[in-house]
Amino acid sequence: MFRRSFNRFCAGEEKRVGTRTVFVGNHPVSETEAYIAQKFCDNRIISSKYTLWNFLPKNLFEQFRRIANFYFLIIFLIQVTVDTPTSPITSGLPLFFVITVTAIKQGYEDWLRHRADNEVNKSTVYIIENAKRVKKESEKIKVGDIVEVQADETFPCDLILLSSCTVDGTCYVTTASLDGESNCKTHYAVRDTIELRTVESIDNLRAAIECEQPQSDLYKSLGPENLLLKGATLKNTKKIYGVAVYTGMETKMALNYQGKSQKRSAVEKSINAFLIVYLFILLTKAAICTTLKYVWQSTPYNDEPWYNQKTQKERETWKVLKMFTDFLSFMVLFNFIIPVSMYVTVEMQKFLGSFFISWDNDFYDEEINEGALVNTSDLNEELGQVDYVFTDKTGTLTENSMEFIECCIDGHKYKGVAQETDGLSQTDGPLPYLDRADKNREELFLRALCLCHTVEVKPNDTVDGVTESSELTYMSSSPDEIALVKGAKKYGFTFVGVQNGYMRVENQRKEIEEYELLHTLNFDSVRRRMSVIVKTQSGDILLFCKGADSAVFPRVQNHEIDLIKVHVEHNAMEGYRTLCIAFKEIAPDDYERVNRQLIEAKMALQDREEKMEKVFDEIETDMHLIGATAVEDKLQDQAAETIEALHAAGLKVWVLTGDKMETAKSTCYACRLFQTNTELLELTTKTIEESERKEDRLHELLTEYRKKLLREFPKSTRSLKKAWTEHQEYGLIIDGSTLSLILNSSQDSGSNNYRSIFLQICMKCTAVLCCRMAPLQKAQIVRMVKNLKGSPITLSIGDGANDVSMILESHVGIGIKGKEGRQASRNSDYAVPKFKHLKKLLLAHGHLYYVRIAHLVQYFFYKPLYDAAYLTMYNICFTSLPILAYSLLEQHINIDTLTSDPRLYMKISGNAMLQLGPFLYWTFLAAFEGTVFFFGTYFLFQTTSLDENGKVYGNWTFGTIIFTILVFTVTLKLALDTRFWTWINHLVIWGSLAFYVFFSFFWGGIIWPFLKQQRMYFIFAQMLSSVSIWLTIILLIFVSLSPEMLRIVLRSVRRRSTRNPNLELPMLLSYKHIDSGYR
Amino acid sequence: MAMNYNAKDEVDGGPPCPPGGTAKTRRPDNTAFKQQRLPAWQPILTAGTVLPTFFIIGLIFIPIGIGIFVTSNNIREIEGNVFMYYGLSNFYQNHRRYVKSRDDGQLNGDPSALLNPSKECEPYRRNEDKPIAPCGAIANSMFNDTLELFQVGNASDLMPITLKKKGIAWWTDKNVKFRNPPGTDPLEERFKGTTKPVNWVKPVYMLDSDEDNNGFINEDFIVWMRTAALPTFRKLYRLIERKNDLHPTLPAGRYYLNITYNYPVHSFDGRKRMILSTISWMGGKNPFLGIAYITIGSISFLLGVVLLVINHKYRNSSNTADITI
Repeated sequence: MFRRSFNRFCAGEEKRVGTRTVFVGNHPVSETEAYIAQKFCDNRIISSKYTLWNFLPKNLFEQFRRIANFYFLIIFLIQVTVDTPTSPITSGLPLFFVITVTAIKQGYEDWLRHRADNEVNKSTVYIIENAKRVKKESEKIKVGDIVEVQADETFPCDLILLSSCTVDGTCYVTTASLDGESNCKTHYAVRDTIELRTVESIDNLRAAIECEQPQSDLYKSLGPENLLLKGATLKNTKKIYGVAVYTGMETKMALNYQGKSQKRSAVEKSINAFLIVYLFILLTKAAICTTLKYVWQSTPYNDEPWYNQKTQKERETWKVLKMFTDFLSFMVLFNFIIPVSMYVTVEMQKFLGSFFISWDNDFYDEEINEGALVNTSDLNEELGQVDYVFTDKTGTLTENSMEFIECCIDGHKYKGVAQETDGLSQTDGPLPYLDRADKNREELFLRALCLCHTVEVKPNDTVDGVTESSELTYMSSSPDEIALVKGAKKYGFTFVGVQNGYMRVENQRKEIEEYELLHTLNFDSVRRRMSVIVKTQSGDILLFCKGADSAVFPRVQNHEIDLIKVHVEHNAMEGYRTLCIAFKEIAPDDYERVNRQLIEAKMALQDREEKMEKVFDEIETDMHLIGATAVEDKLQDQAAETIEALHAAGLKVWVLTGDKMETAKSTCYACRLFQTNTELLELTTKTIEESERKEDRLHELLTEYRKKLLREFPKSTRSLKKAWTEHQEYGLIIDGSTLSLILNSSQDSGSNNYRSIFLQICMKCTAVLCCRMAPLQKAQIVRMVKNLKGSPITLSIGDGANDVSMILESHVGIGIKGKEGRQASRNSDYAVPKFKHLKKLLLAHGHLYYVRIAHLVQYFFYKPLYDAAYLTMYNICFTSLPILAYSLLEQHINIDTLTSDPRLYMKISGNAMLQLGPFLYWTFLAAFEGTVFFFGTYFLFQTTSLDENGKVYGNWTFGTIIFTILVFTVTLKLALDTRFWTWINHLVIWGSLAFYVFFSFFWGGIIWPFLKQQRMYFIFAQMLSSVSIWLTIILLIFVSLSPEMLRIVLRSVRRRSTRNPNLELPMLLSYKHIDSGYR
Repeated sequence: MAMNYNAKDEVDGGPPCPPGGTAKTRRPDNTAFKQQRLPAWQPILTAGTVLPTFFIIGLIFIPIGIGIFVTSNNIREIEGNVFMYYGLSNFYQNHRRYVKSRDDGQLNGDPSALLNPSKECEPYRRNEDKPIAPCGAIANSMFNDTLELFQVGNASDLMPITLKKKGIAWWTDKNVKFRNPPGTDPLEERFKGTTKPVNWVKPVYMLDSDEDNNGFINEDFIVWMRTAALPTFRKLYRLIERKNDLHPTLPAGRYYLNITYNYPVHSFDGRKRMILSTISWMGGKNPFLGIAYITIGSISFLLGVVLLVINHKYRNSSNTADITI
């Protein structure tokens, strides 16, 4: 019996939230101690938001948290309860429509989540209970249960590994779904329980585990190698036993589950701001009107003349209440100032507009046979607002398909195979070489390539596929390794696979060589190399090592370096990923020692990592350098052009990559993120470690860079965009560890200070490269930039699971449908097949959507100001359609022009079209026109009659005249603004005017039996029979349109006077709303 | 306006299909609509196109304005058919409570609405437990002064002038919108069970002796029921038809107006007026439209000139600037 509590799971953490004690197998540790059943949550995962019961109230609550919805609800309630001039239907119906559609959409999404949850929760797991395997549903697992997990299954909850089927108690795990790293990680069983490999023995375990309370920090906790996280997958191990410590919503995965929060676009924020302004105007207006009403009513004959008496009820109402209801009804009367239909139209516009992205042929990719994918339609216009672009490197900028380019053996360079007509059958000297190295060295090098890796072979059909070696599929966490193995294959050495611990290699003579794999010294990012120790058939023990030049060179004999170094540097400059290959023969005695050390280190309980590192370090010395390889990570098609275009558009491009600095840097040069004249500021471990005290050095560097930059750009950031073109460009390189030093530096020394200095530097640089980033750090950077002053709009683009956090964090997330799975595109807002598509997406689609929606919004705020209240329904029908068509089809500038001249993008940055200026302009325009309409008609009505037969017109005619003018003006104004008349625009604009006329005739032409009041009867027809009214309508339409026309003229005059010879005139002509010329 | 018809390059053939010939390719349709390449007309509004508009507008508006102005001023109150209006001021026929206070169903002769008027008519819905016909504040406050016009003859004798009662309401109102309750009985029978509006002297079926101008289709009533838009309004009262082409309808001379004063206006500080007017093709006398047209036309023309000058000046200066650069 074990009576031991493991304390170390919580050791060393400063932020200790408290601990929990878990009794293994839910057996009390001893009979004497009373078993206190602790309450832990069950293993159910709930990612859904609603249940059947709370869906309606909760969803409604969520929806009414939106200002607009809430506002309309209030208005609707007022209309229902208070006696108001307008029918509740006018605001109730659209509101109901919006709410229902949204609820259905959200309900469906939630149903999908429920289904996914169920799938997880109902999956079967095996639990050891009373020495038996019991089949259970995953959600029934309790903390303390012993769980059995088989190979390729995912862990149902967070487990402490008790034992595995292997002797040393290890198991391999991939955490691809957690952090995107697809390579296998080794986890170790708790030392004391390794032996418990049977159901019976493990059931007899009596132990208690003391561990931390659940914490969400994924990265801190991936370390403990006994902890298996829910969501990770067991690999290469038959089965393991583990005890559940965190279950359900307390697992790391659930705590890290970042709900895809609703992203709001800047335009929507502007709309909300405008709404508030209008709400204020509305309240003021209602208040003023109420006051005026009571002033007017203060004379008794106005309040209640004999001809218009109040009802008994009205008289009895309490005066204050009456005043309040009056206020409310004024509010309702003017409520059309805030357009209900706008929300519907905006939603429609976004929804329909997003189709244009998925329809775009330019986004179609032959390879994956797919076009762009739009997951959210809310952010179309945001694409036109991006300030910062964060991009992943591998798979995004680059193809992530590695290709073996060349190698160099003992200083002799071997170029890639030009033609391979007779494939592997080449027996002698297949390498097209410039000059040849020794044959033995050559073969050694190729064997090293074949052996020194962690590639797995997945035979296609036949398992004994020795002869069908060409059909082998290689699988590895790192595409570099595959490229290398494939490269070796080209030269005649084929890695066939691992059998019973023997690596099998087919050599150039088609013979199978077998090597016993003794040890794999895994790759890690600190050592930046990996090694294998193998035993040849002849019994020699060899160590092959491959790694970055900087990691290998110090460990080999000096004289060998010079020959190869030239090649390596040359290759690195060309943007290739270089690796150096070294080997070493280990004498049998030495091997004994090494072997012992390695096993010891692997078994170590404490500080295993450090110990292993130390052993590795000792082993990998005194090696002989054989050669170097160059692997090209191909840049994506047009990646460089895209980056250049984005730069020209005034966007700041940051590359965030997990890759090492040198490669990342070379890629950046290759894709022209850094120009040759860009001055690089480096903030990396390399530059910082030169000094003893890291923080001091960091501080020094930071201040130094800042000074430098401030000298260069003395002006504020505002002029930065212009400055770019003229000044020296700066690029910043920073790596993960330095970044965390900056962001997490000790509290007392004023980390904020570092952070702000760092940000200042970042903002002054045209390009920033962040390498060696953990996924979470990527998100951290995005968040940091997002929270900058002026809250710039960020866009993240990436393809892998490790980019998901960054994609979710930024305003707009774009996924590449790449090779690293679909996680990124699933979590993104938009997914495109290639990086190059970003250019069109941003420059053309983004731009157009922004202009369209901005216009749409302005138009809506402009339109209803003078609305004759009772005609709202008309308003929705007659004037929504044209603007919708406009907002879907408008191309004020040609798409081709937009893509070819990225500078145009700058014009709309910073939400330029929805700032105060334009907003005021539209509001005043609306007010002006409202005045014109009213008083124009007012003066017209001063006469006795407007007709040639002397009959009089009433108030309904008055309203109809105004409304007719309104409809025509609004529609014609839109026509003036339209730059792109497709047949749809023609149809809709003229069609809606025609429909208005037709409808008015129709509406007034019949006595509608279901209507109580026949107030509109024949008004329209009667109205049109009067010449005076015709004349008035024409006159007033012209008057209200004239400011707009005047503006066009003035604009073109001004532009001519300040013409910049660099800019083409015709393109800018249409920028009437973007130039700052609002008067 | 200068318009560039720019049929954007029609759909090009599109890249050839992938050689694999996959039956189901997810390539988006290469249609002009989906690729946002619909042929379009792209007018460019520049000074050059807008300026002429100003001139044209100016040139058109000014003559129209003058025409209207002259016509309007030529309207005298004596020639042709003369229309007799009564005017009220400070009378809010457009008050919300007032405007609603009617039942169009009842006025259209609906028998059920006749006996059970709409709630909107409160407080003029029922009186002494009987439904009011016609109900509502509008009907209740119908103008009930009687105006009679006499020409004073040579011997100070009064010659009455024929005032035509019919033809003052909209045709559609008289014939479609307003109808008496159905039936062939005398009107009084058809209105049985209702009571007269509180302020009225006579019930609705006694408004006129003429069967065709009595009850709900009484034209004075219909005119009143068309509520005015502004607090100061005029309503058509009578027509004075021209007898023959030789004599003016109302020759110069002394006239005598006899008013049977029933309608109280002092309580709300109102005024009553009587207007006699002839009508031109564009209605009654109203200088507003003419003046407005002239003003707008002139402004437009002037603006056109000013802008043309500015435009011209800048064009020159920018041209020279271009050369110097």
